[in-house]
Amino acid sequence: MQTVAVIDYGMGNLHSAAKALEHVVPAGMKVQVTSDEKVIHSADRVVLPGVGAIRDCMAEIKRLGVDELVKDVVKSKPLMGICVGMQVLLEHSEENGGVDCIGLLPGHVSYFGRDLYEGDEHLKVPHMGWSRVKQSEHTLWSGIDDESRFYFVHSFYAQCPRRELVAGTCRYGVQLDAALTRDNLFAVQFHPEKSAKAGLQLLGNFLRWQP
Amino acid sequence: MGLAKRIIPCLDVDNGRVVKGVQFVDIRDAGDPVEVARRYDEQGADEITFLDITASSDDRETTVHTVEAIASEVFIPLTVGGGIRTVDDIRTMLNAGADKVSINTAAVFNPEFVREAAEKFGSQCIVVAIDAKKVSQPGEDDRWEIFTHGGRKPTGLDAVDWAKKMEELGAGEILLTSMDQDGVKNGYDLGVTRAISEAVVIPVIASGGAGNLDHLVDGIVKGKADAVLAASIFHFGQHTIPEAKAYMADRGVEMRL
Repeated sequence: MQTVAVIDYGMGNLHSAAKALEHVVPAGMKVQVTSDEKVIHSADRVVLPGVGAIRDCMAEIKRLGVDELVKDVVKSKPLMGICVGMQVLLEHSEENGGVDCIGLLPGHVSYFGRDLYEGDEHLKVPHMGWSRVKQSEHTLWSGIDDESRFYFVHSFYAQCPRRELVAGTCRYGVQLDAALTRDNLFAVQFHPEKSAKAGLQLLGNFLRWQP
Repeated sequence: MGLAKRIIPCLDVDNGRVVKGVQFVDIRDAGDPVEVARRYDEQGADEITFLDITASSDDRETTVHTVEAIASEVFIPLTVGGGIRTVDDIRTMLNAGADKVSINTAAVFNPEFVREAAEKFGSQCIVVAIDAKKVSQPGEDDRWEIFTHGGRKPTGLDAVDWAKKMEELGAGEILLTSMDQDGVKNGYDLGVTRAISEAVVIPVIASGGAGNLDHLVDGIVKGKADAVLAASIFHFGQHTIPEAKAYMADRGVEMRL
């Protein structure tokens, strides 16, 4: 039996991600929410979710050795980061006065600020709701129309200087990176588990992905 | 190409059934919450809000099971409110599959609870519900006050100041219900909706009083809300979500179609 491990490092809501994965999981594969290093190492693919403050997330990730774990597993199996689970894969976030992150992807995470504008419109922060994602060519977008809307909730956004690693962008006052990819890694700022059909399609594609 | 405004159908749930009262009386049965939630998801609702209005706390178990059942089938954001008083209440609902919780009376009696909740679970999942009623007299400057107990008890708290305070304490979103309008279908109180939307940087959901599709448009365009919440107009077949979205989009509101 193939398994997909959802890494539980004690932060926030893993249930939504696990339930959505269970909804699209192919026959012969099972979803396991776990913090057990052995289970994660033996899984066929791995999901790193995350919500809440990044300092707390990184503290738990380091305490549990999840940083070394994800660096290791991504060498040999598909890994998906979601929301803060994407942000922690970059080098650094300015949230909570500045937090060093795992650094699997080049780039930084910045605050939208309270004076975020699109034209004359003063934008709300957090960026909460359904925004369009402009796709770059990637097999995980199969069956999803370009510029489909996904559900976002975040006050900090990622930007990667290596544009060839950007799989999707989104405009919200600034141009932000909504999806980043590198070898076995695919990470998204939005919540595919809360993005109705488009999100479920992306999760299903991830479960079948052979990078 | 911006952020879509959201339509959020609201399920007021009493003893495991969706109900909708007109100003908290004349309760009508609107079905099984899981079926109703699934129907709205299929229709393209942007989120779902589940308000537990069960009077006694004996039926928390029922609520938890219902939330679990909805979360297993519905893959859009789910907010759960009603009786959220402690960190454990929040954890229980998030573990059951809620994405956000809505804190109402507990915030009024203990504002620090909002800070504690936001620090523990992140602002993104903390919605503060504000029940506001207009207290100014005709001819005076508009003023709205926070009420509790279904709009019966005034608190003396200014609604706009209160919203700002909730934002400072870490609320991620405001669910603003204008009590004098709720269930009477005369439209949202656009004055208080706009005043609060412009006073805070976090998103505001307009609630209370939507009786037709123009009310939804007005909530966004005139009230400057980021989302509109409605119950009766969807529960009893007066309108579907796609009808509402098409109507709003035709009037220049950006929607997820």
